[in-house]
Amino acid sequence: MRGKIITISSGKGGVGKTTVTANLGLGLALLGQRVICMDADIGLRNLDVMLGLENRIVYDIINVVEGRCTLPQALVRDKRLRTLRLLPAAQTRDKSAITEADMDRIAHQAAEIADYVIIDSPAGIEHGFRYAVKPADLVLIVTNPEVAAVRDADRVIGLLEADGHVPARLIINRLKPALVRRNEMLDANSVVDLLAIGLIGIVPEDVGILAAGNRGRPVVLDEKSVAGQVFRNIARRLQGEDVPFLPLKAPSFLKRLFGAY
Amino acid sequence: MRLLDWFRGRRSSGKEVAEQRLRLVLAHDRANISPGMLEILKDELIKVISRHLDVDPEKVEVKLTRDQHETRLVADIPLRPITRSRG
Repeated sequence: MRGKIITISSGKGGVGKTTVTANLGLGLALLGQRVICMDADIGLRNLDVMLGLENRIVYDIINVVEGRCTLPQALVRDKRLRTLRLLPAAQTRDKSAITEADMDRIAHQAAEIADYVIIDSPAGIEHGFRYAVKPADLVLIVTNPEVAAVRDADRVIGLLEADGHVPARLIINRLKPALVRRNEMLDANSVVDLLAIGLIGIVPEDVGILAAGNRGRPVVLDEKSVAGQVFRNIARRLQGEDVPFLPLKAPSFLKRLFGAY
Repeated sequence: MRLLDWFRGRRSSGKEVAEQRLRLVLAHDRANISPGMLEILKDELIKVISRHLDVDPEKVEVKLTRDQHETRLVADIPLRPITRSRG
């Protein structure tokens, strides 16, 4: 049985697609699943640094498309979790180097040797978005609780609906519980209500995510991190488990005083 | 009261503003009609209906509303007080 292909998309840039891809990839690998993360952002390669695998890349997805190497040759194996592999984007090419048919073929080929293929979509709704969602069995839409990000997410949902019937779920990223409590930020309920789409995770703003990006060690690997717990829970929900949502507490006064909040 | 609200952090509900703006923006995005187009539509509606009824153009309201999956064009067109002229 071939694995499931999940595309992480958002419309708007900078909402945390790559962070989500890296953490869910590792989260599923932690559950013993064979995972291939594909960086579909040709020309703006990021997933490799998020995962801390940038030094071990030999080939990239365009080399596979052009037949210079096989798909397994291009995959970079994670040393921490050996069931996770990365198919890097090409950094010195652009999105026109790959077609929807290429992406579809490579993603399905990857799904033959993995339980999950997770595709990190480029921002925007043009060619890069279209080829990234083409092979998807499920699209996870990442948004932030902000007007512009929610608007773009709605546009993506509209395009997916117009384009066929690939199921989609929502991840709300960078929610600040303290601001929600003071009614200064959209809460998860309003965002879900506005977008009319099923929710699969709410990730609180977490300074640990910045540090994780610096080190190339995603928070999902940190057992003490709340954001890490959220990603581990989303991974379990993807596996079909019914996991209750975590209560989102605002950091305590002392933590706010001494921390970065 | 104001002071109490301030202490409770209720001074500005950024959440409500964001929600209202999003509701409007999404309704226009989904229906693919800009607020300016809606104004033009409103003027044309007034013109057409005025041919048959005594419309009060100042009070006409035409807007898009949206809940879950349904977007609706809602027109509220008050008529000027009618002097009954039967027969």
